[in-house]
Amino acid sequence: MTFLAKPNLLRPDTPRNTLGYTRRDYEGAISTLCAGCGHDSISAAVVQACFDLDIEPHRVAKLSGIGCSSKTPDYFLGASHGFNTTHGRMPSVLTGAALANRELIYLGVSGDGDSASIGIGQFAHAMRRGVNMTYLVENNGVYGLTKGQFSATADRGSKSKRGVVNSETPIDLAALALQLGATYVARSFSGDKEQLIPLIKGALRHLGSALIDVISPCVTFNNHAGSTKSYDFVREHNDAVNRLDVILPRDKISASYPPGSLRRIVQHDGSVLHLRKIDKDYDPSDRVGAMNYLQERHVLGEIVTGLLYVDSSAEDLHRHLNTVEMPLNKLQDDTLCPGSKALEALNASLRSS
Amino acid sequence: MSTMSTTTAAIQASNDFVIKFANVNGSGSASANELFARAIMGMGVPVAPRNIFPSNIQGLPTWYEMRVSEAGWLGRRGGCELMVAMNPQSWDRDVAEVAPGGYLFYDSTKVLPRSRFREDITVLGVPLTEICNREYTDPRQRQLFKNIMYVGALTALLGIDLGVVDGLIADQFRGKDKLIGANINALKLGYTYASDHFACPIGLRIERSNGVGERIFINGNDACGLGAVYGGATVAAWYPITPSTSVIEAFSSYCRKFRTDPDNGMARYAVVQAEDELASIGMVIGASWNGARAFTATSGPGISLMQEFFGLAYFAEVPAVIFNVQRGGPSTGMPTRTQQSDLIACAYASHGDTKHVLLFPEDPYECFKFGAQAFDLADRLQTPIFVLLDLDMGMNDHLCQPFDWDDQRLYDRGKIMTAEELEAGKNFGRYLDVDGDGIPYRTIPGTHPSKGAFFSRGTTRNAYAKYSETGTDYIYNMERLRRKFETAKKMVPAPVAKRAAQPSRFGAIYYGSTSPAMAEALVQLAAQGIHVNSLRVRGFPFADEVVDFINEHDAVFVVEQNESGQLRMLLINEAEIDPKRLIRVLHYDGTPITARFISGMIADALSARQVTPVRKQVAS
Repeated sequence: MTFLAKPNLLRPDTPRNTLGYTRRDYEGAISTLCAGCGHDSISAAVVQACFDLDIEPHRVAKLSGIGCSSKTPDYFLGASHGFNTTHGRMPSVLTGAALANRELIYLGVSGDGDSASIGIGQFAHAMRRGVNMTYLVENNGVYGLTKGQFSATADRGSKSKRGVVNSETPIDLAALALQLGATYVARSFSGDKEQLIPLIKGALRHLGSALIDVISPCVTFNNHAGSTKSYDFVREHNDAVNRLDVILPRDKISASYPPGSLRRIVQHDGSVLHLRKIDKDYDPSDRVGAMNYLQERHVLGEIVTGLLYVDSSAEDLHRHLNTVEMPLNKLQDDTLCPGSKALEALNASLRSS
Repeated sequence: MSTMSTTTAAIQASNDFVIKFANVNGSGSASANELFARAIMGMGVPVAPRNIFPSNIQGLPTWYEMRVSEAGWLGRRGGCELMVAMNPQSWDRDVAEVAPGGYLFYDSTKVLPRSRFREDITVLGVPLTEICNREYTDPRQRQLFKNIMYVGALTALLGIDLGVVDGLIADQFRGKDKLIGANINALKLGYTYASDHFACPIGLRIERSNGVGERIFINGNDACGLGAVYGGATVAAWYPITPSTSVIEAFSSYCRKFRTDPDNGMARYAVVQAEDELASIGMVIGASWNGARAFTATSGPGISLMQEFFGLAYFAEVPAVIFNVQRGGPSTGMPTRTQQSDLIACAYASHGDTKHVLLFPEDPYECFKFGAQAFDLADRLQTPIFVLLDLDMGMNDHLCQPFDWDDQRLYDRGKIMTAEELEAGKNFGRYLDVDGDGIPYRTIPGTHPSKGAFFSRGTTRNAYAKYSETGTDYIYNMERLRRKFETAKKMVPAPVAKRAAQPSRFGAIYYGSTSPAMAEALVQLAAQGIHVNSLRVRGFPFADEVVDFINEHDAVFVVEQNESGQLRMLLINEAEIDPKRLIRVLHYDGTPITARFISGMIADALSARQVTPVRKQVAS
């Protein structure tokens, strides 16, 4: 028996959201990852974000590829349908699912090997297509299940646990997503849930391709001195450009901000992104500026985090394809099948004598 | 008309011969040749034209071969009575190919030495270039009207009613009166020259008939695209590849016509051109998992790339429909040549113990029918369904019976558990065999707030879709999948048997585009006193009738268009047939199989067994 069920005991004072769900209703099976794995913190952040946003768990479809990160969808949102697909190919399966039913919320979970190595092609094309999804990369720079090989996001010069120095240029998935046309791009750190949870919430309420590159240290294979994806290194080099609060239309705004310190962005669905500026010159609506900023800071060895870019008037793949509002999987025979009369007319046009 | 040797009489034939056009690729000949094929059909005489073309844009030789047959033989016959030799590059081989007593039509503007001709054929020279250069100044017009001009000359030579061709041109350019006049003028130039210089008609004649009847003229790829519309497909994901590309183009075009919301112009379908075939099949699997009917169309190289996903769909039990328009390969090799060489790659696609359902249509009518049916089968069996056609069937227009559809028919979505059933407490085990047929129930994402959700994976799970690596869970699953494959046997289209006029100890099994050539071959054999029963296989897994048919005969010919005898391999492996009883008849040079090849091979084989006196056949 390798499946572990969680006990289902609730205290009477357990908090409930507006729909009456508890956090437990958003949880899944017990994690089988290493104790202290950054990925488990991300799972907890997904649970909190969905709870806070009053999402009905069964209206989420969660999809993943292969790897430690891709195992995690089993550990949250147990009442959602999930699909553990093949290595590096989650984006295409998610794209197909999103085409079939535009009404569900799509959450793609992947890792740095799954997205930047084997799956870089599908990652890139899903971003440029504008698939309406939240794409989480749980980025630790190594392959955990096969015991510590570098992935394509490992920094040049970083040292593996066995002492090997990486000589290849890293792929920055957030920078790539910016170039490829993603309309919500963020980076965060699994050790900073105050930053991560609002970023996930903003992404879930975003219409279009939303990428969050979450640096998520591997406690077993990549948390040592010389690694640039360790807890210590990320804490020391974290350059956060802003702090996000997601305000839903139903929320009362109680916080007050000093003048000039806040950037307010209204998303397609009416949710409002309150961005508290840390770097006062950083403009998250400037795609080219964001790309430049990332490159400049990367040269200095810093890891830029926060909401890097958002396009509040983004469009998604369904809009590009001009598909009907009714989900395609709900269309019935009478609208799908042209029938025998149309076929007879077609036959007549195909006769040659 | 040139003189001929006295030993070879000019062939005399009415409505039963083969014309071959030898052209330069990219010279605009295809539409002129098609016009000529339609003109013959306009006379009521069935025609089976085939494009035999190179994989290039411009310059290499290309052929357009027309089997004219009042009797309705629509396969390639082999041989050629009239060669329209418009390509200097391939001249020698084209001239050599004409049957003794046959006819050679060519552009006589440039004088060729006598040694480049043959004594035993009739040569019909028309100075096409000279006439064009005289009549037209624009180089493009000179080229295009040269093509129309030879259509005009052939119209006179074969005794075709000029009014039929005029009518076709008027239809083709309806609304562009200037073009109609110009084309008809070119047509008449050719027609008049031939009438003035030759005794028309020559020995080959088209005479009015009603042999075409109600039949329609369409290619298999278009029919598959239409079948997908009628089958209820809403998501198509694909990557361009010859020769399957036009399946999706047809689907898109029929969807624009039939699936556009009349109120707002919005699409009741989605077509995505993916970045490669891996993404195409991934999207199909995602859409099907989420409850839409989805498909892709591809060819051999795409099938190779999709292997891992086929395995995932097989074990996660996700419906999918794949149209595989077979060709040669890999890489740049033979993409414009036809083959039936992907049976094994599809039947056992992916790593692990997988086996897939295959459908073999014979013509565009069945492409449409099986194309629509494939979606019901995919949903009922919750597995990938492969519709295997080939370049010959897919890209050439074929005469076939008109499409039909029963308006009472509803889509069979298979075993889907609804929110109401879950609410009522019905037991849901995603991979639980509740009916004994191996097919479990599935739920569509988003169905119920607290019941019926599951996590899809490959094989590491139990009957309730919970993570499990336990051996007994794995074995339960594999045994259920085997039961499911048994169930599929009764669902795929049944084979079609045809008894010979006399009892026979020999049978022949064939499938797909071999069908029309096979039909003519059986008649050719019967004319020599060789009687062979036949069975057309239409699906895999094999129905019991296939095994019964083999057991009824001493030996069975398995006629295929591949080198390794892939259907034969499947019969040996899956139906446990003694290999000695299955005789290979294999045609795999990249051109469509011919009736003469089949009858020649079978006659030779039987002659070697000394079962019946047989004349030596001319195979080609």
